[in-house]
Parts: sequence; structure tokens; C-alpha cells
Amino acid sequence: MLKYIKGNLENIDGVAIYPIISLLIFFIFFVVLFWWVFTAKKEHIEEVSNIPLEINQNDELV
Amino acid sequence: MQTEQFYYDNKIVKKFVNATIFWGLIGMSVGLLLAFMFLFPNITDGISWLSFGRLRPLHTNAVIFAFVGNAIFAGVYYSTQRLLKARMWKDWLSNLNFWGWQAIIVGAAITLPLGYTTSKEYAELEWPFDIAIALIWVAFGANLIGTILKRRQRHLYVAIWFYLGTFVTVAVLHIVNSIEIPVSAFKSYSVYAGVQDALVQWWYGHNAVAFFLTTPFLGLMYYFVPKAANRPVYSYRLSIVHFWSLIFIYIWAGPHHLLYTALPEWAQNLGVAFSIMLIAPSWGGMINGLLTLRGAWDKVRTDPVLKFFVVAITAYGMATFEGPMLSLKNVNAIAHFSDWIIAHVHVGALGWNGFLTFGMIYWLVPRLFKTKLWSTKLANAHFWIGTLGIIMYALPMYVAGFVQASMWKQFNPDGTLTYGNFLETLNEIIPMYWMRAIGGTLFIIGSFIMLYNVVMTVRNGSNVTDELAEAAPLQRVTKKRTTKEGYHTWLERRPVRLTLYATVAILIGGMVQIIPSLLVDDYVPVISTVKPYTPLELEGRDIYIREGCVSCHSQMVRPFRSEVERYGEYSKSGEFVYDHPFLWGSKRTGPDLHRIGGKYSDNWHLNHFYDPQSTSSGSIMPSYKWLINSALDKSQTVAKLKAMVALGVPYSEEEIANAQQSMSAQGSKIEKNLYTDPDFVKTYEADKKYAQEHGEDFVEMRNREVVAVIAYLQRLGTDIKIKAQEEITTNQND
Repeated sequence: MLKYIKGNLENIDGVAIYPIISLLIFFIFFVVLFWWVFTAKKEHIEEVSNIPLEINQNDELV
Repeated sequence: MQTEQFYYDNKIVKKFVNATIFWGLIGMSVGLLLAFMFLFPNITDGISWLSFGRLRPLHTNAVIFAFVGNAIFAGVYYSTQRLLKARMWKDWLSNLNFWGWQAIIVGAAITLPLGYTTSKEYAELEWPFDIAIALIWVAFGANLIGTILKRRQRHLYVAIWFYLGTFVTVAVLHIVNSIEIPVSAFKSYSVYAGVQDALVQWWYGHNAVAFFLTTPFLGLMYYFVPKAANRPVYSYRLSIVHFWSLIFIYIWAGPHHLLYTALPEWAQNLGVAFSIMLIAPSWGGMINGLLTLRGAWDKVRTDPVLKFFVVAITAYGMATFEGPMLSLKNVNAIAHFSDWIIAHVHVGALGWNGFLTFGMIYWLVPRLFKTKLWSTKLANAHFWIGTLGIIMYALPMYVAGFVQASMWKQFNPDGTLTYGNFLETLNEIIPMYWMRAIGGTLFIIGSFIMLYNVVMTVRNGSNVTDELAEAAPLQRVTKKRTTKEGYHTWLERRPVRLTLYATVAILIGGMVQIIPSLLVDDYVPVISTVKPYTPLELEGRDIYIREGCVSCHSQMVRPFRSEVERYGEYSKSGEFVYDHPFLWGSKRTGPDLHRIGGKYSDNWHLNHFYDPQSTSSGSIMPSYKWLINSALDKSQTVAKLKAMVALGVPYSEEEIANAQQSMSAQGSKIEKNLYTDPDFVKTYEADKKYAQEHGEDFVEMRNREVVAVIAYLQRLGTDIKIKAQEEITTNQND
């Protein structure tokens, strides 16, 4: 079954770089994501997470 | 700063809530009818448009796109306006979204029972509807983005991201999967064939679950759970990680629907790896939802809305743990094609989607109509009956799945199958089908209780009016990051940028999987003896598609000893190169049909279609009497062949020109075969005589639909049995 992978991929020039690119895409994606999240300011996070709780007329039940 | 006054559009929310309840009851009722067809297969005997194969896509489409779809719109239209402090961008777009969507649903409810279907799961609607869906979806997206652009709240709450991600991804999936060549007003062929079609379809099919049943509902969860619990989400940071990692990873997981099939192994393994990874973001989201109730668990005891939410999020957690487990090849080998999958999807549909929708409705309706819920007791009753219904539905289906799959694989010491007759394995699980029907009944009773409660609440309430709100308009700020502003904070106020990044995140996975299948020439190894279907076989295949045979019969023998023993040689990717669309199926209520060709006589098939129980005792296949009496419509055959040529199927000019003669000749041959059965001769000749005496039109057997279906079935899986000419020549040279 491995021949499907090898057969198809060996025909592409410079295929060896593909797994490295894939790994990098993943690694960088999650590094950036976590960096982004952890550097977010606490006040900002609190402000944004309270957006749904701002009182509207509708919210109050009769 | 000066504030502006404006109105939230509540009427559109009310319309979508009404539609959600209405279509929910319809979709569930069709499901219940289908559940009873497992017990009484001939309950709609002789009525083609009420047969199982035609109603099954109606059930799935009604529940996914009508019930869940309208619930998404109701929740999105309510929460988006409030989260952005703005009325929806254009009222006419809101109304176009509503009425267009309902018109498509009505169209589906008419055309699917009439047999107009592409057969691709959750994308069964024919090409005119595909175009309509794309247009209405764009209207929804334009309205959403327009509202975002004129918002009065600078930062986009995480729920809005989920809505944006949903809009973009569903649009991409729908368009790519629906590329087809129309033959007539309600008939088209998928441009992809065989393995490619399967890959694209399940990339779509899996992500229909991901981006229609999951991401928009997660957005709703992030709005309505904090609302109902009256506290902010447990961790906003976690919700950011949840969003990005979920949409990035989800899109890769599609091939786990095709494990052990003729799909290349690397694509299967890629699907497995990403499916396992999905546990992390899914459970992150579930935990975030449940922990939002920290310090409010006492409210769960009394508030039915929170009860529904808690069970919904728990069901989400269970289904998203089970999904990755089902993607493991050794688990999938047991579960795939069995009722285990039916259990899995119903934990998701009834628990996650159903209960989150019910909770949302119980929260929304009293607020829209400015009153109290008419009866909390009834809502609690609904909760318990519904929960019991889910358990009664899912547990028996798990048992049925295990039991049947184990029986399929059981061998005697001498190497023969213990349960060589497929029907033995089916009859064993009929009691489970009974329990499932009871569970489904309970769930529907619960929904009717909700309907009654909602009607009474509305009666006590006042008319729905648009709600007055006040907020300051946004002041222009620089497009660049301000000092002290983090990158994250900046991106959250740049909706277009955010949408683009989300699009990139979802495109990577799809491209890596699909593009090689379309570009690499030797992706599917060629089998020289595999030839296109004859015109009659092609017509028979279209009837197979029309009747929804694929709902219960797979055409994919997996490379297992038990399957090769039961059905014959396992399926090769090269055998499907002319299959537009592919018909591998996803469920084996009946046996696999890929190697059915030549297994039974033409007479057996005729008798089986007329009365399946007469040839196969204990079968739950319904009778297909209308195939036996109806004349085959041959008027489109040439157009169909030409469409196939356009897709690369090598029919010669001569074959197309001689299509009618070829069909007559092949039909006559089958008719001749049928004459070997004296019983057939007796009834057939009697019918003919009766028609002549009464001056009625008589359709010769060779021109009837059933003959085309028999021609197709007898061809299935036989091409690889022909010894190739070259091989024979080489052998002679040996």
C-alpha cells in the first residue's frame, strides 16, 4: 500500500521539503496562536468576554 | 459622546424560531416513519414517493438544513445584532434569507420523494437547488458582513468568529462538492468519478457536520450559555484557541469516512491523524462551555434552559470523543457500515443540536413575546422525556452495531462464515430496531410538548416588536495597531482580515488532500478491462440512484477476510473510474452489492424486486413493484451519454448513435432470460393478453425499468473478472 504514497510523491521534484514545510506550518500556527492568546491583556479579555452580558430590554423577563 | 438610537430586528428572529419548530417536527416525524420501516418494511407498499430510499435523504436534509439550519439563523440573527450593537444590515436580505431558505426546503420536500437526487449524502438536492442554496447563503453572508461593518461595538466577540468561519467554509464546501454537469432540469452528473468523487464528497460530508452542525452551534453556545447562566464564558483565551485550532484541524479529517476503501492509504492515514488531534480543541470547547456554569450549578436544578444546555454540551463532548475513536482503523473496521454510526450521529443530532436548540427556544420565546414561559413544569417534562428518548435511541443502536459487525466477521473452525446468510445478522438486531423506534417516539413526544408550551406562551405574550437600543457610533481609529494594543486585540477589530485568515486556515487541509487526487495521473491505477457502462446499464444505474438504493447497500468490499469470503474480491480504485457519481454508500442495512453481478439469475432479481420476502425470508427490503410496471424513459439516454463523454468517459460516436438499438438488444436478452421461468411466462402472457383484449397500451418487458436495473446489477463488479486481451496474449507467449 505504501507504493501509492511513494509512487506519487517520488515523481515530484524536491519532495523531501514537503514534510518539513508541513511540520513548520503546524508548529508556527500553534506557536503564533498561543503567543497571541497569552499576550492578550487581561482587561481586554474581560471586556470582550462581557459583551454578551450587556443588558438589553429583551433580557428582562416580565 | 452622543449615542444613536436604533432597533433590533426581532421579527426575523421570530420567523426563524417558528420555522425551526415546524421543520423540526416534520424532519423528526419522517425519521420516525423510517424507523418503523425497519419493522414493517411494506408499510407504504407500492407508493414510490414514500419508499425508504427516497425518504431517507428527506429525513437527513430536513433535520440538518431545515431544523438545525433555521435554528442557526434564529440564533445568529438574535445574537449578532446584540453583540455588534446594530440592526441587521438590510431587512430585505434578512427576508430573502428567510423566504429563500424556506422555498429551498419546500423544493427539497417535493423533489426528494420524487426521486430527484444526486445520491451524494447531505448534498442530494439537484443542481437548480445547488445554485439557489449558494445564492441564499451569499445573501446570509452579505447581511452578516454588512452588519459587522456598520457595528457599534469595536471588538468582535468570539461567537461572531464562529459565524464568519461557518459562512466562509460552508460556501467553499458547497460549491466544490456540487460541481456537476446538468443533463436535464433535475438530473446531473458529478464531474468527479469514483475515488475522487468519494474524497470530495466526504471532505464535504464530514465538514457539513463540522461547519453546519458544529461551528455555528459553538457560536450559539458562546452567546446563549453565558446569557442563561448570567456570567461570562469560563475562559475567553481558551475560546480563541478553540476557534482557530478547530477550524484549522477539522477540515483535514474527511477521509476517516473512507478507511479500508479504495482511497489511497496516505490520504486515509492523514484523515486518521487529524481526527485524533480533533479531540483537543473539541474538548477544550466542551470544558469551556460546562465551566461557564461555575458557581451557577444550583440554577441548573431549576432552570430548564440550563438543563438542556448541560446535556447538549455533554453530548457534544461524547460525540467528539467517539468521533476520533471511530477514526482509528481497528475501531472503524467494526463500526463502519453498521448501526454504531447511526447511534453516533444521533447523539450529535438529538443531543447536541436538538437540545441546544430547545434550550435556545425556551430562552428566546418568552423574551421575544415579553412574557414568562407558560409552564416550567412542561419544559422539565420535555427535558426528561427527551433525555430518555436519546438514551433509548442510542444504546440499542450501539448494541445493534456491535452484534451485527461481530456476526459479519464470525468464522467457523473450517474457515467458512458462521453467519453466511446476511439476513441472520439482520434478524438478530430487529429487537434493537424496536427499541430505537420507541426512543425516537419519546424524543418526538418531547418536541410536541415544547410546541404546546410555546403556543401557550405566545398566547399569553404580546406581539413581537423591534427592540429599541442605544449605543454610541464607532469612532474611526487607525488601521494600524495603536501603542499598547496587542496583535490579538488588533485583529479582533479587523473583521475582513480575520475572515481572510480563517479562509486560509480551512483551505490548507482541503487543498492538500484533494488537489493530488485531481492532478496526479497514477493516483488511481488503471485496470484495462474496466469499460464504461452500456446505455441500458447507465439508465439502470440512474434508477438505482433515483430509488436511493445507496441508503442501505454499499458498493465497497473492504480488504478483510470476512468480506472477501462473503462478497468476493475486494474493491479496487480502478474499478470506479467511470462512476459519476460514486455509489460506495455508508451503511449496510442490506448486503454489499459491488460483486452482485452474475451472482443471481435475472429471474431471481425480478422476483426479489416484486416481493423481496419471497426470495429472501426475513428480508426488510421493501417491494419495488413500480419498477416492474413502469416503462423506461429512454428519451434522455443520448444526452446522458454525451454528458458522460464531456466528463471523459470514452463512449464512441457510434455507441452514442446506436444507443437505442443497443438498449433494445440488451433488454431483449434479459427478457429472453426471464422467459425461462414458467411462472413469469404465465403471468406476463396473461397481462399481455388482458391488455390486448381491453385495447390498453402494453409495455414490453424489455422496455421496462426493472430490466435496466437488472442489467446494471448484473454488470456490477464483473469487469475485473474478464481476462485482459494483453494478458492472454502474454500467456500464449510464455
